[in-house]
Amino acid sequence: MAEIVIKGVAKSFGAFQALHSIDLAVADREFMVLLGPSGCGKTTLLRIVAGLETPSAGEVWIGGRRVDRLPPRERGIAMVFQNYAVFPHLTVFENIAFGLRMQRLPRETIRERVRRTAALMHIEQLLDRYSGQLSGGQRQRVAVARALAMEPDVILMDEPLSNLDALLRLEMRAELKGVLEASETTTVYVTHDQVEAMSLADRIAVMNEGRIVQVSTPVDIYRNPAARFVGSFIGNPPMNFITASRAGPGEWDVAGLRLTGPEAGERLEFAVRPEDLEVGPGGFQAAVRVVEPLGPHTLVTAEVGGRLFRAVLDSDLAVGPGDELSLLPKADRVRWFDAETGEAV
Amino acid sequence: MRRSGARRAAGARNDAPRAVVGSGPAGRFLFGASVVLLCVWVLVPIYLLLVNALSSPQEVTGFPKRFVPSFDFGSIRFFASFAGVAQALWNSIAVAALTMVMSLGLGAPAGYALSRFEFPGKEWFRMIVVMTRAFPLPLLALPLAIFFIRTGLDDTALGLAVVHTVLAIPFATLITFSLFSGVPLELEEAAWTLGCTRWQAFHKVVLPLVLPGIAASAVFAFIVSWNEVFAAAVLTVQNRTLPAFLVQSLNVSPLHLKFAGGAALVVPALVFIFAVRRYLFAMWGIASR
Amino acid sequence: MRAKALPYLLVLPATLFLLVFFVYPALQIGVLAVSGPEGLTLRHLQTMAGHWKFGPALRWTLLLAAVVVPVQLALALGMASIVDRLKAGRDTVLYVFAIPLGLSDLAAGIIWLAIFEQSGFLNSVLLHLGVIERPVLFLGYQNVWVIFLAVVLAEVWRATAIVMVILVSGMGLIPKEYDEAGQVFGASAWQRFTRITLPLLRPSLQSALILRTLNAFEVFAVVIALGGTTLPVLMGETYQWQFMLRDRNVAAAYALVILGISVASTLFYLRALRVPRGATL
Repeated sequence: MAEIVIKGVAKSFGAFQALHSIDLAVADREFMVLLGPSGCGKTTLLRIVAGLETPSAGEVWIGGRRVDRLPPRERGIAMVFQNYAVFPHLTVFENIAFGLRMQRLPRETIRERVRRTAALMHIEQLLDRYSGQLSGGQRQRVAVARALAMEPDVILMDEPLSNLDALLRLEMRAELKGVLEASETTTVYVTHDQVEAMSLADRIAVMNEGRIVQVSTPVDIYRNPAARFVGSFIGNPPMNFITASRAGPGEWDVAGLRLTGPEAGERLEFAVRPEDLEVGPGGFQAAVRVVEPLGPHTLVTAEVGGRLFRAVLDSDLAVGPGDELSLLPKADRVRWFDAETGEAV
Repeated sequence: MRRSGARRAAGARNDAPRAVVGSGPAGRFLFGASVVLLCVWVLVPIYLLLVNALSSPQEVTGFPKRFVPSFDFGSIRFFASFAGVAQALWNSIAVAALTMVMSLGLGAPAGYALSRFEFPGKEWFRMIVVMTRAFPLPLLALPLAIFFIRTGLDDTALGLAVVHTVLAIPFATLITFSLFSGVPLELEEAAWTLGCTRWQAFHKVVLPLVLPGIAASAVFAFIVSWNEVFAAAVLTVQNRTLPAFLVQSLNVSPLHLKFAGGAALVVPALVFIFAVRRYLFAMWGIASR
Repeated sequence: MRAKALPYLLVLPATLFLLVFFVYPALQIGVLAVSGPEGLTLRHLQTMAGHWKFGPALRWTLLLAAVVVPVQLALALGMASIVDRLKAGRDTVLYVFAIPLGLSDLAAGIIWLAIFEQSGFLNSVLLHLGVIERPVLFLGYQNVWVIFLAVVLAEVWRATAIVMVILVSGMGLIPKEYDEAGQVFGASAWQRFTRITLPLLRPSLQSALILRTLNAFEVFAVVIALGGTTLPVLMGETYQWQFMLRDRNVAAAYALVILGISVASTLFYLRALRVPRGATL
């Protein structure tokens, strides 16, 4: 049992407040992804859990033990680093065995565990090589094997796939998911890549400017963003936003269209994902600017009420720049945000 | 070093002839000739000293000179058996070894701290180190001579090694700083997460990676001390180092003693420079910041 | 916490050592130069300035630096450019060029003594060529300018290597793209050297010049090896007063002069070759 509980963790570097009082609970065996743009504090939070950084305030609990004042080696964690940190002066075998030797395990146990994890990561044939003789992908496998060999309660991963090329990343992503599910450890995984986050996570914690904005399952985060930021950060192309002004009780004027919405405040932000728009009568009057056929569908960038608006449409649709379209939002997919706070209403 | 290696590799891949002086055969000849000429300019004087050292005392003072050595070891035997030479050689080695140990023992921890930590006062320390480079350090021998007499360090290998350590510490600090900076912090952190204490991580991960560089900077500290003349001449009377011994006896000693002594100074330095040649650039590149 | 104290613990030994054996004695030099049994005094400085060798020593030292440093800089720039362009044999040539780096000025003096002394190799060559019939006494007291020339040669020979190494590593930091951009925009090899390489090399030039000029003011053993006391220099006089005349106060006064011109030249180079903010590589 190794759930992670983070209570009111804050971190400042000099005058810069990197983290503002973070609360987060990761369940045992859960795969939690910390997702956010660079500089949002996600790596700092991971390093605080690892013990590589000391929090300015707050507590970190792992498996019911308070660990925030313990050195990394006493926390029962293993970590995979962004640049892999495969020791260049040791062979692959010795790299994987490194942590086991520190635990003074019997020689036979070490050999057995190294073989097993190496087989799991498909690097049995590389055990005698040095880091300099490995490709990026192979180094990545060594780094993961080294962490798994520890049989830790918690595995922490800091953008482990960001240095691989696109194809390899896809392959490793699937493999990581399988291996980590099988290992039954609790995983905290940092990335700025939303697709990676969606595909790997049990739950995602979206972070921005040192705060956690939303914690939920991938689909829920996609469908029901808790804040304007989440909607704009997740999804490619991002969500469309139009400022809505109050036209009556529960009635809103959105770029000339009268829509039914929540009864709240004077100004709201109307939001809809590009794939939740369809061509049909009674929609937004959109002046098409750019048409990008992408194969399965066509991405249309148009102007609605003086703002750029993107729609993912059927690729059979004949449309060109300069055309006028009527874009109809799917009623159950429309979301509303407070224009001041950016929070969902 | 690594950078220049990468650059050379890039040059090898790019087969297009690069413009060398003029790109014609005349230009290439001029370029080749200047390389040869400069090598000759560096090597010939050393060769001539060795010719003298490897000739008999009569040949050294004789005239005109032959330009090839007779491999008569008379001069060297005379030098080796000359009163005080053996002692001076031993003193030189002792002082240089002490300098090596002290400058690395003091400089390497500081270099590690500079490369790994941000701490208030860091800039002050840097300032002191940089200041030593804008100061004629051998002059420190003057006030220290008095200080050493009071403390009983006068005319000892340790006393002189202290001055030489002041000379060598900036190098040791800056070189080890660049060596440690070359080891990604991530490697150390990985070791911590794999169960190492700070010391174990340093010992098992950082140290093996920087050891060749540390050895090179040790050799460099040795050369600094081996070559230093002024402070050695001021601070030692009975326990002279080889340079101090030679400079003291220059106007009284016969030519063949000077040349054999010169060769004794030069040959170890040549060997040492050869041993650390790969690190010269790392050292001076960073030392010149 | 221990982690906070660690960097200080690591820096402490070196700091203490430098405070005791560098900062304190450095201040002590100034104290020695102006104090006597009667308290604060200018007596030592007057003794120094009044001595007949002070003027020549100062003049020769400055003149040596003024001749040696520019020659070294030009030669080192040439060597560094050559090394920078070499493909085959770069390492070997570099090692050969760097050899004098490991030699002391005393060794350099003795090496050039082998060439310039009366029964030396220069006389032998001249005799073989039939220029002279009898060996010439080059390094005698009546030929002080020949001694000066020999010292210049020995110093250029020995200490150009360090300037070259600093410049080569500086050139290694300049990305090739700048030079290639120069080629594309039509600059000749010489124009690229003077307008691209040299300005970008300014930080390296600065540190090389500071280092070498300071060392030039400290010239000592090479002068003794080649000219005894015929060619007086500041460091040699300092040694004479300290060791032979046993007057450490006057020696400290000399040291103060060397210190003064060192600081002045350092400040000069820092100003003259300063790199504007944001214009660094």
